[in-house]
Amino acid sequence: MSATSAASADAPPAAARPARRRGVELSLIVAAVLISVYGYAEVGLAKDGAVPPGAAGYGAGLGVLALLAHGAVRARAPYADPLLLPIAVLLNGFGLVLIYRLDLEPSLGGRAAPAQLIWSTLGVALFIAVVLVLRDHRGPARYAYISVTGALLLMVLPIFFPAINGAKIWVRVAGFSFQPGEFAKVLLAVFFAAYLSANRAALAYAGRRVWRLQLPTGRVLGPVVAIWLISVGVLVVERDLGTSLLFFGLFVIMLYVATGRTGWIAVGLLLAGVGAVAVGLLEPHVHSRVQDWLHPFATIDAGLGPNQIAQSLFAFADGGVLGTGLGQGQSALIGFAAKSDFILATAGEELGLVGLTALFLLYALLVARGFRSGLALRDPFGRLLAVGLASILALQVFVIAGGVMDLIPMTGMAMPFLAQGGSSVVTNWIIVALLIRVSDSARRPAPEVSAGPQEPLTPLERTR
Amino acid sequence: MIRCVRHAAAFCFLLLVALLVNAGRVQVVQAGSYNGNPANRRIAIARYDQPRGDILVGGARVTGSRDGGGRLRYLRTYANGPLYAPVTGFASQLYGTTLLEGTEDDVLSGQAEELASVPLWNEITRARQRGGDVHTTISAAAQQAAYRGLAGRRGAVAAVDPATGRILALVSSPSYDPALLSGTGTDTTGAWRELNADTAQPMLDRAIRQTYPPGSTFKVVTAAAALQSGEVTDLRAPTRSPDPYRLPGTTVSIGNEAGGCANASVYDAFRVSCNTVFAKLGADVGLAGMTAQAQAFGFNDTRLRIPPAVAKSNFDTAMSPDQVALSSIGQFDTTATPLQMAMVAAAVGNGGTLMTPYLVDSVTNHSGATVAGTQPRTLHRAVSGETAQKLQQLMEAVVSEGTGTNAAIPGVVVGGKTGTAQHGVDNTGTPYAWFISYAKPPGGSSASVAVAVVVEDAEADRADISGGGNAAPIARSVMQAVLAGG
Repeated sequence: MSATSAASADAPPAAARPARRRGVELSLIVAAVLISVYGYAEVGLAKDGAVPPGAAGYGAGLGVLALLAHGAVRARAPYADPLLLPIAVLLNGFGLVLIYRLDLEPSLGGRAAPAQLIWSTLGVALFIAVVLVLRDHRGPARYAYISVTGALLLMVLPIFFPAINGAKIWVRVAGFSFQPGEFAKVLLAVFFAAYLSANRAALAYAGRRVWRLQLPTGRVLGPVVAIWLISVGVLVVERDLGTSLLFFGLFVIMLYVATGRTGWIAVGLLLAGVGAVAVGLLEPHVHSRVQDWLHPFATIDAGLGPNQIAQSLFAFADGGVLGTGLGQGQSALIGFAAKSDFILATAGEELGLVGLTALFLLYALLVARGFRSGLALRDPFGRLLAVGLASILALQVFVIAGGVMDLIPMTGMAMPFLAQGGSSVVTNWIIVALLIRVSDSARRPAPEVSAGPQEPLTPLERTR
Repeated sequence: MIRCVRHAAAFCFLLLVALLVNAGRVQVVQAGSYNGNPANRRIAIARYDQPRGDILVGGARVTGSRDGGGRLRYLRTYANGPLYAPVTGFASQLYGTTLLEGTEDDVLSGQAEELASVPLWNEITRARQRGGDVHTTISAAAQQAAYRGLAGRRGAVAAVDPATGRILALVSSPSYDPALLSGTGTDTTGAWRELNADTAQPMLDRAIRQTYPPGSTFKVVTAAAALQSGEVTDLRAPTRSPDPYRLPGTTVSIGNEAGGCANASVYDAFRVSCNTVFAKLGADVGLAGMTAQAQAFGFNDTRLRIPPAVAKSNFDTAMSPDQVALSSIGQFDTTATPLQMAMVAAAVGNGGTLMTPYLVDSVTNHSGATVAGTQPRTLHRAVSGETAQKLQQLMEAVVSEGTGTNAAIPGVVVGGKTGTAQHGVDNTGTPYAWFISYAKPPGGSSASVAVAVVVEDAEADRADISGGGNAAPIARSVMQAVLAGG
């Protein structure tokens, strides 16, 4: 309960001139590019016994993209956290390696790596645009209601397009298909951050007290729940359960961080429980996912061969501790969605528990840096935005990694940066750009005026 | 608010811990059971992702591998598939492995630990050990002679080296090309369906997996039991045997196809194959003596592996005296594999010692170093040396002046026994023709080859089916092939 000591541990030493650490960022980016190129070459060596001819071009392309991004950060966000960009480059580069590796399996259909490289380029371009154009991280707060309208529109849009593989989450225009829900989550995070920071006081006002829980009042509960119900309702109609789970978790975390009320968590868990049971019972698609989670080998026992979850588990198990080595696993047995939803199984099989742990730690570092920026910031909007973006990444990694490893029911979702999918890569680059902007504000040496007017402090918090 | 941010961060950290713990569960704790799950195709993929080791006959490879390019990559090829199918079996992507391909799979696929030059090294590097080669005891000449002799008729031949137990020939006819089953395509599934539907059962390894009533060839065992028990001491002394002979405790009588069987000596009765004399001898020896003698020759053994499992040859252990009498002439429930009857001839030819039959001479690793070998081992002392001498006199008389003259080889001492086994309901089935024999090389005191031949020819005339007519010439050519070769 000692917010005082927690805050002081986080505050930088008052007198020291904060380091920009752009040199660190540059050398880490170089390392990330080299690791990716090495992975690319290793795939070729394992599969064909020769370094693939495109290795130099791939390395040069990734390097140029990373250096351009680095230049933008150096120019416009010089105090940004030096770990964010290198981690994003490494994850994206390694994702390209995994997709290229799976492209070599004829059973998995056509090549996907070139398209993914184009999408990555677009993602980096948007990253640069956000870093250059968005001068103040509080800028998006002004567009809260435009954001939420846009988010809802994006989520409703796929209903008018045909379902692909049982999920109505795609929009297909002129041969390009993308998932609007991916973009919607950033917009929703912006809206939640803006709305919650503006209405914190009212939301934190305690309503009825039930047992040991402080429930919020109905007056403020209404609009928030309405937004949430609409978004989740749309997603259930579209059968995209991973994203609805993500939105729900994001919503509860941000609400809790904004108000500090455990009652919100209770309400959230209650709603989640009711929703989960209802959907699990009524919706056959979800019901089968739950059955697969509880009994991943049921299809084997029934003589129908292993299902995707079982194949995924086999892939992870084959990797063991050290992995088979890039290009030497058999994760292509997973078949459909091996490059997207199940891409982590390839990483787990070919890099083993060691490589998988390294990947998880990279994500954890990204998330931790997001939280750290949130803690260092003084305005509630920036703080909530940082927490929200970091939580999106954390929840997304958990939902999909837990799904493919049979920890929770499988729900289709892209592993950030790794998985095939243009919308996902582009969105993740925007998330990282926003985190760069937020961290730049957090680490920038404070001008004379310390706390902005939009900083209504609770008595528990201390000004710096 | 800071406190809540920290709580949220702590929650995310818990998610990370959950993922890592779960990863440890999947990749370490349960990895073994997942990797061993029969539905996990990685087992098959690993088996076929490199050229398989080969099976060799007389130093020549009778198998090979070709790159099929599929996920189960290397396909098995066979140099002379139908000839060696009863030895090699098949190695199929879809239908698994049989016979030597099955029992030696660890060696051929490179999974056997003894192939590794440095222990544990492959576990760490995950490099796959190249497959080792399996050198068989088969003699190419004997195998070909037997296969040619059967000429597509249904039947089987087994030949062994009596002194060591080395199996020199295992032929089953009609045969099939195991290469048809390599692969995963519709050709493969079609071939499998066709082979299984074929009423001639080409995939049945008749030499070791099919049992037949041994008929009169079983009289060798009965004679051995009578000599060992002291029931008979002088081969030339007349026995007290009526013709026809009424089975003890019944009103059923049996007769003979040959004449002169009443009170015939064992020598003459064996030479012309008198049922009455040997049925009575068996009944006189009794159930215990007959069972003991049959088992000393290898009957009722369910554990014989060469290393492919050999079907159990049967001699009932609980019977009434009349059933013992019938069993003693190779009828009733008595059945034997061709290999079993070759073992009977081998034990007699080897002076009474029955060697354990074996098919794998040695195993070499990919670089040619021998990593395992088989040493000859005694299976049983079937009969005493003295009894073996007398049995040899009986069997050699069959070839020199009895029913088996078709097996005679000039300048070589050959002993044999014919058999014609009735089967089916009320013996309406086509009889099987048997011939078992051994041959001593010129100047040798013990046999260097023993053979058993069965011909089950449904097409032939009933009268034509006889051990001496159909089976003995095949046995002779196999023996000649072995004698010429070594």
